[in-house]
Amino acid sequence: MTTQERLTISRESQLEDSGYKWGFTTDIEMEMAPKGVNADIVRLISGKKDEPEWMLEWRLKAFEYWNGLQLQDAEPRWAKLRYPEIDYQDIYYYAAPKSQDDAPKSLDEVDPEMLETFDKLGIPLHERERLAGVAVDAVFDSVSVATTYADQLEERGIIFCSFTEAVQKHPELVQKYLGSVVPYTDNFFAALNSAVFSDGSFVYIPPGVRCPIELMTYFRINTEGTGQFERTLIVADEGAYVSYLEGCTAPIRRTSQLHAAVVELVSLDRGEIKYSTIQNWYPGTKDGQGGVYNFVTKRGITGNDAKISWTQVETGSAITWKYPSVILRGDNSVGEFYSVALANNYQQADTGTKMIHIGKNTKSTIVSKGISAGHGENTYRGGVKILPGAENATNHTQCDSLLVGDQCGAHTVPYIEVRNPTARLEHEASTSKVSDEQLFYLMARGISEEDAHHMIITGWSRDVINELPFEFALEAGQLLKVSLEGAVG
Amino acid sequence: MLKIENLHAVVTDSEEEILKGIDLEVNPGEVHAIMGPNGSGKSTLANVLMGKPSYSVTDGDITVDGDSIVELMPDARAHLGMFLAMQYPSEVPGVRPWQFLKAAKDAIDVANGQSKMSVRAFSRLFDEKVTESGINPDLIKRSLNEGFSGGEKKRNEMLQMQVLAPRIAIMDETDSGLDIDALQAVADGVNKMRSPDRSFVIVTHYQRLLHYVKPDVVHILVNGKIVETGGAMLAEKIEATGYRDYLAVR
Ligand SMILES: Nc1ncnc2c1ncn2[C@@H]1O[C@H](COP(=O)(O)OP(=O)(O)O)[C@@H](O)[C@H]1O
Ligand SMILES: [Mg+2]
Repeated sequence: MTTQERLTISRESQLEDSGYKWGFTTDIEMEMAPKGVNADIVRLISGKKDEPEWMLEWRLKAFEYWNGLQLQDAEPRWAKLRYPEIDYQDIYYYAAPKSQDDAPKSLDEVDPEMLETFDKLGIPLHERERLAGVAVDAVFDSVSVATTYADQLEERGIIFCSFTEAVQKHPELVQKYLGSVVPYTDNFFAALNSAVFSDGSFVYIPPGVRCPIELMTYFRINTEGTGQFERTLIVADEGAYVSYLEGCTAPIRRTSQLHAAVVELVSLDRGEIKYSTIQNWYPGTKDGQGGVYNFVTKRGITGNDAKISWTQVETGSAITWKYPSVILRGDNSVGEFYSVALANNYQQADTGTKMIHIGKNTKSTIVSKGISAGHGENTYRGGVKILPGAENATNHTQCDSLLVGDQCGAHTVPYIEVRNPTARLEHEASTSKVSDEQLFYLMARGISEEDAHHMIITGWSRDVINELPFEFALEAGQLLKVSLEGAVG
Repeated sequence: MLKIENLHAVVTDSEEEILKGIDLEVNPGEVHAIMGPNGSGKSTLANVLMGKPSYSVTDGDITVDGDSIVELMPDARAHLGMFLAMQYPSEVPGVRPWQFLKAAKDAIDVANGQSKMSVRAFSRLFDEKVTESGINPDLIKRSLNEGFSGGEKKRNEMLQMQVLAPRIAIMDETDSGLDIDALQAVADGVNKMRSPDRSFVIVTHYQRLLHYVKPDVVHILVNGKIVETGGAMLAEKIEATGYRDYLAVR
């Protein structure tokens, strides 16, 4: 069982079907293991999931590795992030939802602040109950939406299920690819995730198949002090295509929450994976209390003529440590990274990408937009590595920072390593402010100061937002607006 | 309709006085031209009327229908039906002209207790005005003013004026930098919009535009003050002699 409620649905990319995803609190009684992590907790998690021996072995090896790092105090500290020491023994690693009897019976029982947020985001009334975790039936409703699509997927041999289910039903695929892009030895947080991951998604698209719908998962962090460790693995077999959407939210909680996910993408020859994220987890209070600590390892690897594209809109979390990367192993393969990261109030974001060119004629594009407001600190950290065999590799990097107010910070840390003389790299960077002239121009047309700011900022982020599937793009615009509230005007 | 009394304004940052006591009354249906040499304060006047925060009014008053607007933010002035076609319109990356104008129209309509126009109705209006203003339809698919030539920016200002249909239209050198066709288009736009309940304040350095748009009143602004007011003939005098006489007096 899992530490979070998990809901996996898939849906067509249509405006009418804009199922919004946002924070909610459900007071579900939890069955919890004691705080802290050790080999027994790892065994307990694995046992509750009824996992096969190989899975448990892998977890235990990961735990051993992580524990070694932890004893040497090897938690990474190179990012431009400041946060209190995390006590890994003060976190719950296992909690199973036990009963939903205590869930709110109607919207009247839901936190008014949350209802206000729904209002601001323009979430349709009928969606609110489901998002607020009110009607259990409604939750089942969305599961049944998923099953209608499930038939369509099954017809084509597409596998889209929870990670836990995949371990049971498709062990050969999981065993083949798990850890193949992000081994448990990759880094401190990836090692911890590998030991204690709760659940996540698994996607497999068979050769030559184009997934007919956008696949999406939606996670919630739900119990105070519960770390969340998702594990996602997506495989596009030869000539396959899939677009995957990840939207994340967390309800308002006072203590900081650790979140360490791992996402692995495998795009085999001529395969294409488009992975889009909207991350709007609880950022903490306006004066910097609480909020999610988000330490994520996301990486993909390409075959020949394959493509991997990451798009992310990061508006949430108190701390973001995240570098979705592509190992361009195959010849003629393409890697893309489009990012808008917003740091308002006391949020800190250290995010970027790594493009590692191994194959010939590999091509990567990086477009990073960092918005800093309030006391927010935004760092772009990007690496481009051209290995000796990567003849004719090209990279284009565009890295823009926007400052709202004068208490915030924007930092750019590019690492470039070129070991093949045929490589062509371009790097553009800019830092700007919302200009008084622009604001006056919009306001002179009748647009309020706040809306004017919002319009200028979303316009500035347009190159990235346009990369999102349409309905996500609308949501991203609203989200930027809500996230910037209080920073302008 | 619009009344300016003893208006003094400074640059907010430096407190340097630019407008040094301006009086002006614009009645419904009138077209006023403000002429003057470069640096005389024409743009400052236009911007102060629209409430640009980089200027501060230190004395005097501006009223619309008898109510002072000096304390109002620019958006509130737009809601009253004021409009400023800017001399140097800003570029706003990633914002489409359609989206921008729809937001502006909605804001004005809502502030006036009207409902927002439907997307379809607004699109119809927008397309109609695009044709009328003669703006290159490819441009309006781009970001607002981004990569527009000087003339294209001015046409875009006209487009906005035509869509928003203000009661008090202030135009700051909308004619400068235009070729003859574009100038004609701007003049046609203004003449078409002229009506008994709409007023224009047209700021211009040259009298060129005034060949096509006949002003009711012409003011000469020099060094932050109106030094002469007259009829359309005054513009012609300027055409012949320039601003020499006024500058000499100073
Ligand atoms: N924001 C400002 N800061 C400093 N000086 C200004 C500012 N705006 C206008 N001025 C000065 O005020 C005078 C009038 O400028 P302006 O109104 O632009 O003149 P015009 O439009 O008649 O050419 C000029 O000397 C100009 O340098
Ligand atoms: Mg001027």
